[in-house]
Amino acid sequence: MYPANFDYHRAGSVAEALDLLGQNEDAKLIAGGHSLLPMMKLRLAQPSQLIDIGGLSDLKGISAGEGSIRIGALTTHAEIAASAELAEGCAIVAEAAAEIGDPQVRNRGTIGGNLSHADPASDLPGVVLALGGTIEIVGKGGGRSVAAADFFVDLLTTALGEDEILAAVTVPTLGAGTGSAYLKFEHPASGYAVVGAAAIVTMSGGSCESASLCFNGVTATPLSADAVGGALAGGSADDAAIDAAVDSNLSVDDPLSDVFASGDYRAHIAGVYAKRALREARGRARS
Amino acid sequence: MAVLGTSIRRREDPALITGKGRYTDDFSSPTMLHAAIVRSPYAHARLGAIDTSAAAAAPGVVGVFTAKDVEAAGLPGMVPVGWLLPDLKVVAHPILAIDTVRHVGDGVAVVVAEDRYQARDAAELVDVEYEPFDAVTDPAGATAEGAPLVHADAPSNVAFDFELGDSESTEAGFASATQVTEIELRNQRLIPHAIEPRATIADYDSSTGKLTVRMTTQNPHVHRLLMVLASLGLPEHKIRVIAPEVGGGFGSKIHHYADEAIVAMCSMQLGRPVKWIATRGETNLTDAHGRDHVTKAAIALDADHKIVGLRVDTYATMGAYLSTFAPSVPTFLYATLMSGQYDIPAIHCHVVGTFTHTTPVDAYRGAGRPEATFVVERLMEEAAKEAGLDPTELRRKNFVQPDQFPYQTQVALEYDSGNYEPALDRALEMVGYDDFRSQQSARRAGGGKQLGIGFSTYIEACGLAPSAVAGSLGAQAGLWESAEVRVNPTGTVTVYTGSSAHGQGHHTTFSQIVAEKLGIDVDAVEVIHGDTDAVQFGMGTYGSRSAAVGGSAIWLSVDKIIEKGRRIAAHLLEAAVEDVEFADGQFGVKGAPDKSLGLADVSLQAYLAHNYPADLEPGLVATTFYDPANFTYPFGAHIAIVEVDTETGEVELVRYVACDDVGNVINPMIVDGQLHGGLAQGIGQALWEGAVYDDSGQLLTGSLMDYAMPRAHRLVNFELDRTTTPCPHNPLGVKGVGEAGAIASPPAVVNAVVDALSPYGIRNIDMPLTPEKVWRAIAAANGEGSE
Repeated sequence: MYPANFDYHRAGSVAEALDLLGQNEDAKLIAGGHSLLPMMKLRLAQPSQLIDIGGLSDLKGISAGEGSIRIGALTTHAEIAASAELAEGCAIVAEAAAEIGDPQVRNRGTIGGNLSHADPASDLPGVVLALGGTIEIVGKGGGRSVAAADFFVDLLTTALGEDEILAAVTVPTLGAGTGSAYLKFEHPASGYAVVGAAAIVTMSGGSCESASLCFNGVTATPLSADAVGGALAGGSADDAAIDAAVDSNLSVDDPLSDVFASGDYRAHIAGVYAKRALREARGRARS
Repeated sequence: MAVLGTSIRRREDPALITGKGRYTDDFSSPTMLHAAIVRSPYAHARLGAIDTSAAAAAPGVVGVFTAKDVEAAGLPGMVPVGWLLPDLKVVAHPILAIDTVRHVGDGVAVVVAEDRYQARDAAELVDVEYEPFDAVTDPAGATAEGAPLVHADAPSNVAFDFELGDSESTEAGFASATQVTEIELRNQRLIPHAIEPRATIADYDSSTGKLTVRMTTQNPHVHRLLMVLASLGLPEHKIRVIAPEVGGGFGSKIHHYADEAIVAMCSMQLGRPVKWIATRGETNLTDAHGRDHVTKAAIALDADHKIVGLRVDTYATMGAYLSTFAPSVPTFLYATLMSGQYDIPAIHCHVVGTFTHTTPVDAYRGAGRPEATFVVERLMEEAAKEAGLDPTELRRKNFVQPDQFPYQTQVALEYDSGNYEPALDRALEMVGYDDFRSQQSARRAGGGKQLGIGFSTYIEACGLAPSAVAGSLGAQAGLWESAEVRVNPTGTVTVYTGSSAHGQGHHTTFSQIVAEKLGIDVDAVEVIHGDTDAVQFGMGTYGSRSAAVGGSAIWLSVDKIIEKGRRIAAHLLEAAVEDVEFADGQFGVKGAPDKSLGLADVSLQAYLAHNYPADLEPGLVATTFYDPANFTYPFGAHIAIVEVDTETGEVELVRYVACDDVGNVINPMIVDGQLHGGLAQGIGQALWEGAVYDDSGQLLTGSLMDYAMPRAHRLVNFELDRTTTPCPHNPLGVKGVGEAGAIASPPAVVNAVVDALSPYGIRNIDMPLTPEKVWRAIAAANGEGSE
């Protein structure tokens, strides 16, 4: 548990952090350190330089706008879990953040670090994907936005360039007719998601206007089960409809597999948790 | 004021919880060097050339050593086995591998540098040639024809072939039976995970020829002895082993590992203190693991449901080498427990110990007794089901009855005392058994999550050990304990105990014993342990032995103090010795209430002695080496209630009720704490923990991200009570409690899950009962159409 040698710089501004990042292709950004440091201690990651962006207050905080909520990259999981804005406008993000690790991890870990690390078993990627969230990125040439659907490229790989910084995440404000739920089947050792089902259901006059369902933990990138949502739209979204929509439309290709849970089993749990999460989300929708 | 039996707060805790406790890594000195051990990434390989030149040239490096240097230094360089069995295949275990590596983590070289980062960096530069071979990891598969040999001189990978009991009478019992219930069980491999990793600081002073070793040990004198005999070869009086605060052990810090000898060698070579602290990853690869049995067992019942025979066949792996006490665990501490709480007229237990390309296996909390209890209590549960009896009923029918004690089992032990039904009755009352069964039926009718209840009416043999019994089983070693009690001139007391504590609370409980007997305040007692230069030879802390054996040694030493005090008081009071009585801290004279002296008056005069008669020695010190007459036999009834999600296979522990009988209790709070910890470990084994190797011998559960330790939020508030049947053969009447929870609980939990799933016809699921295994068992049962 002793990392290899590295240099450390504490960035005073986003511009300085981008400068430093541009000067050393071997550098890594660090904020809460809860994804990077464990890998460094195991010497799976050996960056020559750490650029600490943890003190950059412009990247911190939650602000509710018109129809959306912006979460700064350096906002901790604990802050997200306790956020009144999110509890009111997009509760599933807070619900998922509360499932991450333990209080110490949530006090240090940040949403920006979590998303840019893109661990398939962490709790936020699938939620941001289910919400159709947007990732704000800054680089030396300015800023750009990437839809969550385009952000998660592969296992531990995102659309973030090597010289870019994830600045914020924007998620939609959910109306009263929309219910959401995040249901997690956690690994008993790591606490990461073996399956994390994120369900969002919008009801209107007793019928389902739209539904979306995504998973953490099941495949190398967050899995979006669009067909399930599509099958539910326009129907009653009652228990039988949810069961039928999941049974007929959920397919999991190349599920992850480990000593604790095989691919087949993960796919099975995805189905069970999908149904439970969709029911819960529907129950929370006040239509 | 009675202090024995009261929950005074642990005297050691203020230092520990304010960060003042000093563990091995807390000791530093300006000249200290740091060692990193280069370990084999292969489970089985021929060791070729080792090029240390790049490492030796790296910044801060002062030395790199391999097996050749051990030989050149003239050290014996071997890790010994400390427990023999008849016909045990003793294999060589060099402290640094010679020619062959036999498990992932086997040490091949050591790098010593000015700081621990430099040592780690340079360790990566040691270039080792390996020629990898096939490996074998399965305890039973190791004996298969063609299996790769772990040691060329151990044919079929057999370390020993051990039998206890009588096969003929057992076969006759089975032949006469009306019901035979068979079961196949896997008691999976566990990794101990003490919160403080193993650590050693060795400091060799060439001017005095003395080596001081500060290390994480449960038994400093035994460590010193084994280092003298096998690894270092220094004279015993020139080694001082110190156990500073030790952060848990659970058995894993009993054993003599290569690492402390390697670090000592480095200090002897370099003439500077050398520190080595295991990383968590090293801990997982090198701390002796526990369990790892593959067993077939059967129980035979007659028409009245009385047990007429019990038969057990077990393969138990030793891992790649024989660790210190390893051969005793699946034999002496396993086969002897096969009678459980039951009157069984014929038992036969056959154990084959095997070598595999895995981390050595040795004593881990319970050591053999959890494995035995698992076999017996799983058999009882399945036999009851097959007989159509309530599981408690079959147990009651077969309990050894109170009038049968002392009860001689068919597997060497003589149970000194016991009264099993009251503990079961109490546990059933606590759990509300009748109510439970109706709730369970309602759930079964309604579908959804299913409830199950599981029992474990366990016995253990602890207080290791009556040396005569150990000797009769081939140990060639005894397991007594020592205590020296010194009354200081002012009447305070210093106790020197061989029971070296590492979390058990000895400062508190041992002080309670002395305070009670001498009528002094607990705070007037100091307990010293864990330093071979300060304390007389002692055996150490393991096997739930400290109160029963170490505490008894203290008790008897205090008796000697009182005896000596009476003689001094008689001299001072000008009375006859036989007229002097000791009570409430006062030496008084029979019939003369005005003539009395306090302990402090007597102790002061013991050291100021200037007018003593010729037959009275100065001083007030007494030493006892106490060898118990028998084991102690704690027992109890444990009940687990679980809820099983049949859609996912997830198991939730809902309630855990236990009524234990650990004899007299010195400190109820500490006893409850021991039970809580043991239960967490046992429930952890049942539901979550398990070391997994792949076929090439790689440990797939090498980190805490993969190896699931029990977590507080997955446990429940334990509901505990006690009955009290004092141990008849030690002066305190205590039995021991350190391992009870870990011994009793795995079968209770597994029985509960199997009970929940009994409508599916499911008879067994191997531990840990992970959701996937439970789900697959249900799926298989459904596929067969049983429901």
